[in-house]
Amino acid sequence: MKSLEELAKIKASRRETLKIREGIPSTTEKAHVMMCGGAGCISSKCNDVVEAMQASLTKNGIADQVQIILTGCMGPCDMGPVAIVYPDSTFYRRLKPKDADAIVEEHIMKGNLVQRLLYRTPGAKEPTPKAADIDLFAKQQKIVLRNNFYIDPTSIEDYIANDGYAALGKALTAMTPAEVIEEVKKSGLRGRGGAGFNAGMKWGFAANSKGTPKYVVCNGDEGDPGAFMDRSVLEGDPHSIIEGMAICGRAIGAEQGYVYVRAEYPLAIERLSYAIDKAREYGLLGKNIFGAGFNFDIEIRIGAGAFVCGEETALLTSIMGKRGEPRPRPPFPANEGVWAKPTVLNNVETWANVAEIILKGADWYSGIGTAGSKGTKVFALAGRINNTGIVEVPMGTTLREIVYEIGGGIPRKKAFKAVQTGGPSGGCIPAEQLDTPIDFESLTALGAMMGSGGMIVMDEDTCMVDIAKFFMDFIVDESCGKCSPCRIGTKRMLEILERITTGKGKEGDIELLLELGETIKSTALCGLGQTASNPILSTIKYFRDEYEAHIKENKCAAKVCEFEE
Amino acid sequence: MVACACGCGEDELTKQLDKVIDEYRGQPSGLIQVLTKAQNLIGYLPLWVQTRIAKGLGVSLQEVYGVVTFYAFFSLIPRGRHKIAVCAGTACYVKGSKTVLKALREVLGVKAGQTTPDSRFTVEVVRCIGACGLAPAMIIDGKDVHGRLEPEQISGILEQYA
Repeated sequence: MKSLEELAKIKASRRETLKIREGIPSTTEKAHVMMCGGAGCISSKCNDVVEAMQASLTKNGIADQVQIILTGCMGPCDMGPVAIVYPDSTFYRRLKPKDADAIVEEHIMKGNLVQRLLYRTPGAKEPTPKAADIDLFAKQQKIVLRNNFYIDPTSIEDYIANDGYAALGKALTAMTPAEVIEEVKKSGLRGRGGAGFNAGMKWGFAANSKGTPKYVVCNGDEGDPGAFMDRSVLEGDPHSIIEGMAICGRAIGAEQGYVYVRAEYPLAIERLSYAIDKAREYGLLGKNIFGAGFNFDIEIRIGAGAFVCGEETALLTSIMGKRGEPRPRPPFPANEGVWAKPTVLNNVETWANVAEIILKGADWYSGIGTAGSKGTKVFALAGRINNTGIVEVPMGTTLREIVYEIGGGIPRKKAFKAVQTGGPSGGCIPAEQLDTPIDFESLTALGAMMGSGGMIVMDEDTCMVDIAKFFMDFIVDESCGKCSPCRIGTKRMLEILERITTGKGKEGDIELLLELGETIKSTALCGLGQTASNPILSTIKYFRDEYEAHIKENKCAAKVCEFEE
Repeated sequence: MVACACGCGEDELTKQLDKVIDEYRGQPSGLIQVLTKAQNLIGYLPLWVQTRIAKGLGVSLQEVYGVVTFYAFFSLIPRGRHKIAVCAGTACYVKGSKTVLKALREVLGVKAGQTTPDSRFTVEVVRCIGACGLAPAMIIDGKDVHGRLEPEQISGILEQYA
């Protein structure tokens, strides 16, 4: 890519073909069928539906007038495979290969919607055909997932058509590195990996740090069980990560980036590798990008399955090919990161925000969200909830809105009990707190944590002591063993929880858990250990009666724990 | 040394391993990438493979062993032809991954971490495969996700894998 003009030319020519996806009927094409190709829909065999539809188009002689595009994750995994048919943006769900003929022959050829495949709001008589009218989508605001409905993740031209790489062009030709950092700082963007540190400030530290060369790293080691947001971005819009990282490279003076992706995400690795190759081919990675004398390239590093590698110092050690054990900070990665050189490390979702901030400005971005937490947050909704999947909402949205209005409430008329946020570092939030607007501060105040954004809904059939045990089991498994509070302390906590859940709990066990929990919190080496007791502390805080019933009466109200006689 | 699953002789396997090592020869930082590829090639990481990688990359054997035993992905013992990874992420746990494991134990007679005597299946428990929308789920051979599992479906699913 030599210049902004060249980018503009690609954009203009590609936009023509994409108009149909904005609802403008085309003279040459009948429809674009956007088939969700997220991991959830692939697991529900969306590829078979695509094949059947292709066959039906050929049979009806209109294969050259309809495009079928496999997109990134659209969000409603539970209804998969899902698809949106443009130009009228009709949303179809639970598709089977045998539905292909109906969509092609009725909808695309005759203009009659296939009623039985449309979405119906629970309780409503009439279906809601248009995607934008469905409350699941209508209440969301998409910044990170801006492209997931709209583009083919394997097409760099699609990405460019939707303003892709324009922000990089702007940062390289119209802004100084200091201005880029200032803009990100002013936007209020905070790291989406969990800790919520101001991203612009982090960049500033690395830029001012003396060592060279400098590095840009993307944390794609999405290890929290129950979180799959980063996966959906990597699979659905890989270029947004590349662009965000390149902008940072310019801002801090780095020429090399690394994306650390976990091995459990093969599709994400495949799509990202392909995107990196394409970006190189178009000169958007490599030497002298936009003729601005800026060089930048990205390499993928595949993680080998260690939860602790989501912790920044552990991840950086792992990139260097070693055991992913954390180390004390300072020095912070901004001063000593990969190869002991200044490094900016942000997670996938943070990177996906960057291009939009540079393009639309810090004021636009900081206008969204709450006083302390700007922008949107992507959550992965799962567990005992009707609409499982990915949602993106402005910071400050209440839990009630997410669980009931977007998530469609709890299945089978069961009673809501708690939402678990932040994975093994987070906590359980009870029904009384459903109206809390969610941001970094409010969740921490509740004893939970934003974490990376996993949100697991629990109902009356979930035993909170069992859940606490589940997380402690996870931590014991994943503790790297370097520091004793985490290695030994979590093991002792697990033993107590195992005792309680098998009917052998003793008076004083709860107090012992609290004491151990607080001690580990204040003495463990890294973020994993320091937050490891959160799930236990928060369940004791809100559901102490369940612990007591287990200990004193050998009673598990949810009938999950099996007591030995 | 072991024979390769693809039917080629050992020397051929060593040659292929050397090709993997060559990419990062003399670069200790490539250790995890090389181990990943070597395990994909051979199925596990026996001592002779670790020794060869240690020499090729210029790191000590202890260091290689340290890394192999740190990461869950690497295995020191041979595994079955098909790897069943039962997801025990939070969503799957809440929705019943315990019953899936129990069903697998009944059908195959092995627990998590074990391989069937005929080397057909290895059962593992993994932490979240990111298919929470399909909980409870398991993934076979790293690519086939089977979701919304009911215990009675298990034997039917396993039949597809010879």
